[in-house]
Amino acid sequence: MSEPNRRDFLFLATGAAGAVAGGAAVWPLISQMWPDASTIAAGAPVEVDLAPVGEGKAITLKWRGKPIFVRHRTAKEIEESRKDDAALTIDKQPDSARVKSFEGKPQDKWIVVYGNCTHLGCVPIGFSGDYNGWYCPCHGSHYDNAGRIRKGPAPRNLDIPDFAFLSESKIRIG
Amino acid sequence: MAEHHSTYVPKTGIERWLDARLPIVRLMHDSAVSYPVPRNLNYFWTFGGILMFMLVAQIVTGIVLVMHYTPHVDFAFQSVEHIMRDVNYGWLMRYMHANGASMFFIAVYIHIFRGMYYGSYKAPREVLWILGVVIFLLMMATAFMGYVLPWGQMSFWGATVITNLFSAVPGIGETIVTWLWGGYSVDNPTLNRFFSLHYLLPFMIFGVVILHVWALHHVGQNNPSGVEVKNYAKDTVPFTPYATVKDLFAMVCFIMVFAWFVFYHPNFLGHADNYIPADPLKTPAHIVPEWYFLPFYGILRAIPDKLGGVIAMFASIAVLAFLPWLDTSKVKSGRYRPIFRICFWTFVVVSVLLGYTGSQPTDKAVLMLGGRTVLDMVGFGQILTVIYFAYFFVALPLLGLFEKPQPQPASIADSVLGGGLAVPAGAHAAPQK
Amino acid sequence: MTKSSRPALLGAILALGLGLPALAAGGAEHPPAQKWSFAGPFGTYDRAQLQRGFKIYREVCAACHGLEKLSFRNLVQAGGPQFSVGQIQTLAAEYKIQDGPNESGEMFERPGRLADRFPKPFPNPEAAKAANNGAVPPDFSVIAKARTYERGFPLYLFDIVTQYQEQGVDYITALLTGYEPAPAGVTVEPGLHWNKYFPGNKIAMANPLVALFDDAGKPQDPGFYTDGTPLTREQVARDLSAFLMWVAEPHLEERKRIGARVMLWLLLLAGLLYFTKKKIWARVEGAH
Repeated sequence: MSEPNRRDFLFLATGAAGAVAGGAAVWPLISQMWPDASTIAAGAPVEVDLAPVGEGKAITLKWRGKPIFVRHRTAKEIEESRKDDAALTIDKQPDSARVKSFEGKPQDKWIVVYGNCTHLGCVPIGFSGDYNGWYCPCHGSHYDNAGRIRKGPAPRNLDIPDFAFLSESKIRIG
Repeated sequence: MAEHHSTYVPKTGIERWLDARLPIVRLMHDSAVSYPVPRNLNYFWTFGGILMFMLVAQIVTGIVLVMHYTPHVDFAFQSVEHIMRDVNYGWLMRYMHANGASMFFIAVYIHIFRGMYYGSYKAPREVLWILGVVIFLLMMATAFMGYVLPWGQMSFWGATVITNLFSAVPGIGETIVTWLWGGYSVDNPTLNRFFSLHYLLPFMIFGVVILHVWALHHVGQNNPSGVEVKNYAKDTVPFTPYATVKDLFAMVCFIMVFAWFVFYHPNFLGHADNYIPADPLKTPAHIVPEWYFLPFYGILRAIPDKLGGVIAMFASIAVLAFLPWLDTSKVKSGRYRPIFRICFWTFVVVSVLLGYTGSQPTDKAVLMLGGRTVLDMVGFGQILTVIYFAYFFVALPLLGLFEKPQPQPASIADSVLGGGLAVPAGAHAAPQK
Repeated sequence: MTKSSRPALLGAILALGLGLPALAAGGAEHPPAQKWSFAGPFGTYDRAQLQRGFKIYREVCAACHGLEKLSFRNLVQAGGPQFSVGQIQTLAAEYKIQDGPNESGEMFERPGRLADRFPKPFPNPEAAKAANNGAVPPDFSVIAKARTYERGFPLYLFDIVTQYQEQGVDYITALLTGYEPAPAGVTVEPGLHWNKYFPGNKIAMANPLVALFDDAGKPQDPGFYTDGTPLTREQVARDLSAFLMWVAEPHLEERKRIGARVMLWLLLLAGLLYFTKKKIWARVEGAH
């Protein structure tokens, strides 16, 4: 190997070792901004007893710092929602896709959704709007009783969190 | 050293366009690439770069810690533990920040002693030196307030003792202290303002550092021979790559020492008592400041009078700013000043011993004769304090008048290249004109 | 500056840290140094020891000493006692955690979860004082780092190199086994107890190990340790101390592991930079 090549290799190796060291030093600075261990632990799944939520009523839970709407629909409301399956224009999702089952039985009366408008994150008001579902006062999005977007700037139906029925009157979120 | 001519040549059209509007690339090039440095600088001259690194490291880790810290008396201790336990790499950030303060001071003390040995404060570098003293003062204020933030026992009692220094001011002392505290004792308002200032001061340090570097680049660096640059081609090398690579090597060696403490001995430089949450009703058995304040604390305690002690302590720091005028010798480098060298090393040892007295109980015996204490820490501290000030007010002014310097090299190049101490005719031992 | 004076200056400046302080141990004996699995640059915790230590904490100390900064989940995480998730979920559920308020505005108690912190033994320091003869039993979260003893010059300078930093656990171990009858002629006030390692010797805490051993040092319950470890006072003291060290420094293993890599890489980088520097400076006439 000739002299200049050996020198070039030394400079290259030094530069590379320095770059790796620099990169390794930057990683903790980035990593520290991810949720810390206590935040992750506090966001563990929670169990919610549905028994106190009467027919035609709704409650708002707070989980991981966000509101979650749990709405107990009446038979009439379920029927209205199903009828509208064909009338959807923005995010076409049948009513059956908005509910979950317990032991194979669809729990049609329970709607569980994140309470943040899919437009820009405001919290919509319950039992209001043109479809008697939710109405977001920030920019005028109307949702129906299954949390589906019907009118307004929101691009998607209200998001459904990870949850499962533990019994007919108990769910676990997360 | 005169301002050297810019050698920056913009290569592309974009560079030319920018150079005509904001010559920032030219500025960087002239100050970090083509800037001429004396070719004979030794490794003590790498500490400027190391200090720059430490300042940036402290600011970066500090900003990260603030993202997780809570400046409130009820949550501060808890939030520091939260950082240590829960935050990703939080323990690393905190240990780097806490040990980084000590490393910063180790580097700054080496930097200061280097300047004192080689006469770096002498004309035309007086302003450069004074800016350095200002940085040192700001560093001390920042470090002191930072140590209060974890709200442990040492935080609280350190804050109480140091703020109480101001109560020595005749007449208005108590008023000043109440104003500093924002209450009747060190409490939440104090913690909040210290937090605010601890965040602000590093950026002020950064600003003064820019002035410090500006002044440095205007007058040029001193060097171990103390002889000014005479011929750029012979006496200097360009900053990049020569100084850059040397600084980087020294920096990595320094970081290894830093890493040793952070990863293997993270609490060595701290106090166990600061892992006890602050308790305003109970003082720890033995309060001592961080090691880097100990020499000054030693002076404070050596003076049996409250106001006198405070004045002596502040004077021991302030005197540094007058160094350029207290040292009357025309010869810069201690290399050519035999008696100065003895005084200088005495001064270093005395500073260390003052630190030792500052760390010890005041009534501890230093010298026992026949079972009786002849000299305790206070007495010992008084002797050391006298020598400390004598260095500035007796040794330095008189040495310039009576000391016979050894011959200096004619130029920097001569000091490096065999020429050695070849003295040109007519330029013998007499101090430089 | 001459070459020979350089180390002198460096030494002098490093020695500025000369008076690194430590808790003055007024008249107390120096704790003997123990062997710890987590000492040194490659130290790791002994999981079984931490698990035994936790058992001692729960059964002997927990009634008075809190563990405020510790969450149940910590007992599961890597680098600790590493109990199984199931074990700790069961354990957490045995604790009553205050939560709320509920819809009617009242606080209520529920079983603990992994994310919960250990409940405090006393609601506030005043209650702790009232229940303990005027002395507040200190919280144990960082106690292993909050206790030390004076190493003295020049020992602590060697500690930088030897990495000895187990003063806290050595002290706690010694304290737990340091209860003795007071020397003749010394009066120990009621409510205080003689301990040869406690600064000042008079400690408010009664010998806590009487819960496990009788006066002759015989175990009250020989089946207390289930992993075959000999049940002695010294062993119990060491196990509890090790557990407290982990509580105070839960990321110790990760820190030392990363540290080894960082040091190695810095060494490599320093070597490369040294040769690069030599190569570059070789261009300058007369450079050394």
